Amino acid sequence: MNNEEIEINILLNAIQLKYGYDFTQYADASLTRRIHKSLADSGYNRISEMITPLIHDKEFFNVFLNNLTVNVTEMFRDPPFFHNLREKVIPYLKTFPFIKVWSVGVATGEEVYSLAILLKEEGLYDKALIYATDFNDTVLEAAQKGIYPAQSIKTSTRNYQKSGGKHSFATYYHADYDSVIFDRALKKNIVFANHNLATDGVFGEMNLILCRNVLIYFNRELQDRVLKLFHDSLRTNGFLCLGTRETIDFSTVVDAFVPIKKRLRIFQKKRDQTQEISDEG
Amino acid sequence: MKVDFSAVVIGVSAGGFQALHTLLPLFPKAFPSPVIVVQHRMAGEDDFFIDSLNNKSRLTVKEAEEKEEIRPGTAYIAPGGYHLLVEKDHTFSLSVDEPVCYARPSIDVLFETAARVYGSHLVGIILTGANSDGSNGIKTIKQGSGLTIAQDPETAEVNLMPLSAIATHCIDFILPLEEIPSFLTNLVEDTHDNS
Ligand SMILES: C[S@@+](CC[C@H](N)C(=O)[O-])C[C@H]1O[C@@H](n2cnc3c(N)ncnc32)[C@H](O)[C@@H]1O
Repeated sequence: MNNEEIEINILLNAIQLKYGYDFTQYADASLTRRIHKSLADSGYNRISEMITPLIHDKEFFNVFLNNLTVNVTEMFRDPPFFHNLREKVIPYLKTFPFIKVWSVGVATGEEVYSLAILLKEEGLYDKALIYATDFNDTVLEAAQKGIYPAQSIKTSTRNYQKSGGKHSFATYYHADYDSVIFDRALKKNIVFANHNLATDGVFGEMNLILCRNVLIYFNRELQDRVLKLFHDSLRTNGFLCLGTRETIDFSTVVDAFVPIKKRLRIFQKKRDQTQEISDEG
Repeated sequence: MKVDFSAVVIGVSAGGFQALHTLLPLFPKAFPSPVIVVQHRMAGEDDFFIDSLNNKSRLTVKEAEEKEEIRPGTAYIAPGGYHLLVEKDHTFSLSVDEPVCYARPSIDVLFETAARVYGSHLVGIILTGANSDGSNGIKTIKQGSGLTIAQDPETAEVNLMPLSAIATHCIDFILPLEEIPSFLTNLVEDTHDNS
């Protein structure tokens, strides 16, 4: 281990001991880059010098945490994905009297509002319960507010239209001077909650899980843990949607899923793997 | 001169479609290290671009995938809309961090993470472009004692990016596009003769 690796190691341990956040199984390159960004902002010279303020100054830690995790998101990100969700998955979900949806790593909420709009247009919203989780309280608060900078609306509108949106996008928000506020009614069936994929457990009986552009930040072991967690949280025939460059190929649960639209990372859970294993045993 | 390198990273922007179609086909099939490319472009243009390069090259040209093992004889192209990073265990990872110099994928991000992993065994190359992305990456590669090359601005479709890289004073060689692959191949052969 070189000095920098030692310093990062100790720093991550300190954070875990003090605040419970476990970053030890995150993909290294991005994490190291983000830590260096915090270091540059902090004015300290060495990574290890940040350990003292991290432990003793909660505000310093909050800033550090927001810097460390990547919250960049947008509405209807990857419009072809939302288009296929509408065409391939929604018709199946319509056959249920009630559905549970889990949007994981929602960041500032754009993804879960996109989902809410889609469900509304398909007449599913009123029989849906949507869990929106992230491990960062700062972004969760922003998600709960549903207020976004006005300049983001151009991209949002374009994405919405490309994703097969059926109405005028402007009906979903109220524009203020420099911000747009999304319709409160979209929040009615959304439960915002803190959930850490590295340490927390199963959310049961989901019909649909969206976890997009979160797994890319994890190493293979943590990816595998999380994919197992999703497997266990889904009902049989439930759907799992990942970011368009994420993969389940290396996971131990890969055989439990069939791709519905492989390119866009839409999978359906076909059977229960634990059951299968005990059947054999 | 002898240089033993484990990877070649290339950054290219405006004019890149043409430049890569000239450059990549000139690499021999048995080129002994991986070639990793960030080309600025829109997400969604990937398939055509990569298929076309692959058809014309002796190297295998493919999109870099998350957690994929980095192998010689292959040219990897960063997917549009994601930063491409090199991990210590010689695999790729992707991120959607904010754009750098308005770009995602960013050349700086690839170069800086590759420099951390390959150190002095890295060659960094800046080609045509209308952007200053890659200049910081070139500095990092030089700090790690890697080798740096800029396309001769005279021969670049857009000269801003190579000029910006050269202005860092961290560029070892300025070469016309067509000469870069044979230059690298000779370096490798020299190394092997001497060892
Ligand atoms: C790049 S954003 C993805 C936002 C959205 N899903 C999208 O695709 O646009 C990644 C999010 O994952 C969250 N995240 C990172 N590690 C996490 C963990 N261990 N548990 C829960 N959320 C996590 C971050 O806080 C961040 O909000």
